[in-house]
Order: sequence, then C-alpha cells, then structure tokens
Amino acid sequence: MSFTPDIQAFCCHYTSQQTIAEGREGLKQDGMPDNITINRLVCTGKLQVSTLLKAFEEGADGVYVVGCPADKCHNIKGSQRAAKRVGAIKKALAELDIEPERIEMFHLERGFHPEFIESALLMNKRITELGPCPLKGEKK
Amino acid sequence: MIIAERKPINEILSMVADAEKILVLGCRGCVTVCSAGGEREVEILASLLRLGMQKQGKKVEVLEGTLVRQCDREYIETIDHWKGKYDAIVSMACGVGVNFIANLRPSDRVYPGVNTSFFGGSAEQGVWSEQCAGCGNCVLHLTGGLCPVARCAKNLMNGPCGGSVNGRCEIHKDVECIWQSIHDRLGRIGTPEAMNVIAPIRDWSSAGHGGPRKTLRDDLTV
Ligand code: SF4
Ligand code: SF4
Repeated sequence: MSFTPDIQAFCCHYTSQQTIAEGREGLKQDGMPDNITINRLVCTGKLQVSTLLKAFEEGADGVYVVGCPADKCHNIKGSQRAAKRVGAIKKALAELDIEPERIEMFHLERGFHPEFIESALLMNKRITELGPCPLKGEKK
Repeated sequence: MIIAERKPINEILSMVADAEKILVLGCRGCVTVCSAGGEREVEILASLLRLGMQKQGKKVEVLEGTLVRQCDREYIETIDHWKGKYDAIVSMACGVGVNFIANLRPSDRVYPGVNTSFFGGSAEQGVWSEQCAGCGNCVLHLTGGLCPVARCAKNLMNGPCGGSVNGRCEIHKDVECIWQSIHDRLGRIGTPEAMNVIAPIRDWSSAGHGGPRKTLRDDLTV
C-alpha cells in the first residue's frame, strides 16, 4: 500500500517568499509535493515547542521548520531559537522512541531559491521511507 | 529561587501508566522563572503525555492548569475546579508543591513532573547556578556576600583550601574558587582584615539534619 505522509512545514515570512510569489500552483510546477502544508509565520523564533508538538498530535507524520540562515535572521536570533526548539523536540521524540528525524530545521536564504523545494522533497522522501508516524494521532 | 528541571518523559509516563485522566499542574512561581514548570512547560508536557500514551495505544485525557503558587494553601484550594475530572495530578512545581498537594488532598494521586535541585539564580540566559544552600545560619556578612557554604566544593569556612589555581576551584575547573573571590572582594570593599577572622566550628543544627525545619512568625499568625 502506498503511503502519502502528512507533512507540516513552518516557514517564516522571509524564507517563504517563494510561496507568496508563486502561489500553490507555481510551487507545484516547481515540484512542491501536494501533501506538504505550509504554515507561514512572521518569524520562526515565534514558534513554540507546543505548536510543533500539536502538529504531531493532530496527525502529522513529519514536521519541519524553515527559517533564515542562522546569522542572517531578519529578527537576529529568531531562526537560532527555532533550531534550539526543534532540537528539544528531537530529544523528546527520541525519549518516546519515535524517530527524531521526523522533525527538522532548515536554514535557507531568503527569497526565491530552489533549496526551498529541495528541503520539501528531502522531508517528503525521508518521511515516506520512515512510514506513518507511530503516534496514531487523530487526523485533522 | 528554587531551580528544577523536567523529569525524563518516560519516567513520568510510567508514573501515570494507569491513569486515564491526568491534570498537569504548573506553578507560576520559581519553576516559571527557571522555565521548568510554568504554563508553557505544562503545554509541552501535556502534549508529550498525550503523544506517549497514544503511542502505547492508550486513551488519555490531559487537563492543563497552572496555579499562582503551589506552596500556599489558598492556591491549592483552586484545584477543586477540576474535582472529579482527573485521576492523577502531575505537578510541575518544585517538590514543595507536590508535598502541599499531598498534604491537603489526602486521597489524590500526585506525582512530580520535575526534579527539584537547588536555590540558585540565572547566571545568563539558560544557565542557573547554585548560590545558597539554605543552611539556616547565614554568614554572608562575614564573607563579602559570597557564600562558602553553598559555593565552596569543600564547604570550607576558612578558605581557600590551597588547591585553587588562577582563581579556579581544584574540584571543578570551570567554577570560581569562592574563597579567592571572597578574598578579592573583601579587599575591594575595604575590609580585608575580615580574612583574618578564624571562623569557629560551624553549628549545623539549623541546616536541616534533624528533620524538617519550621519557621513560625508570631507577628504573622492569626
Ligand atoms: S511551589 Fe515551589 S516553585 Fe511554586 S512558588 Fe512555591 S516554592 Fe516556588
Ligand atoms: S550561609 Fe547559609 S543561608 Fe547564607 S547564603 Fe550560605 S547557605 Fe545560604
């Protein structure tokens, strides 16, 4: 049986400019998988650990965060803070015996870059290979 | 303030393994300041408990609440809101909070969500360090305000021991030799002669080795 993961991406305003510029259709033409939901934020530094955990509770098989390069965040340390929080969740997932790779942080240049799609494809491939999240969360 | 740290999630999961309705109860006091047991951490722990239970295929309802303090009777009374809605409480306050609930709610099951460790302060963002051991017989007026009881690895009252190098403790190289610091500070504040005073053998009877300590303030009791 083929498995299409539910992946939730959390991207800051700046790294998701591609989304804004191209829209869903444009992104799809670039190769953005359909099963990735993009949640846009003013800054990834605003992301709470509990928000990312809720995504898993609500049935996500994988979660990833895309923020600015660590030293070039629009809000100075926002993406560094997000990376720390992602790290904390990796630890907690490992404690629960769930693959920590189900959550990832990406630091990408702002604007229009193929890496935005590449990170999506990488997560899609990774989570598809891992299979459904063992948490049996309730589907949204 | 009192410093604490969340227990490993699996330890908490095994405490509440047979609970179906859990109240995760934070404290807005010390544990909020040291980011161990405030509202945010309640949300996180509640989420992790739900995920952990889901993974084990168990059904669980997790209520989230935070009290102003868990070390005061009147605030514990407010958990009556949730009466009948939980069969276990995971307290994210320091050990005092857990004890208070256990004292006041004799038939409630209450578990610690954090490990409580010491009285400390925030040295820098995300780092806390011990400053006072609560010995009950404070000597800070003799030591320039720096505590040898809590901050000297050998608890020396007449230091330094002779092993410190470049102002660092010989036991932990990343810790300042507090006696070196006391010496330097006494000089700076103009009371270097205080170093010559030989402290007598300490009376530790106030330090909690004879059972629980109690403070009674007659002026405050009604
Ligand atoms: S219960 Fe503990 S953490 Fe909460 S305010 Fe009282 S002493 Fe501080
Ligand atoms: S002397 Fe005792 S009460 Fe005073 S700071 Fe040191 S440990 Fe605390």
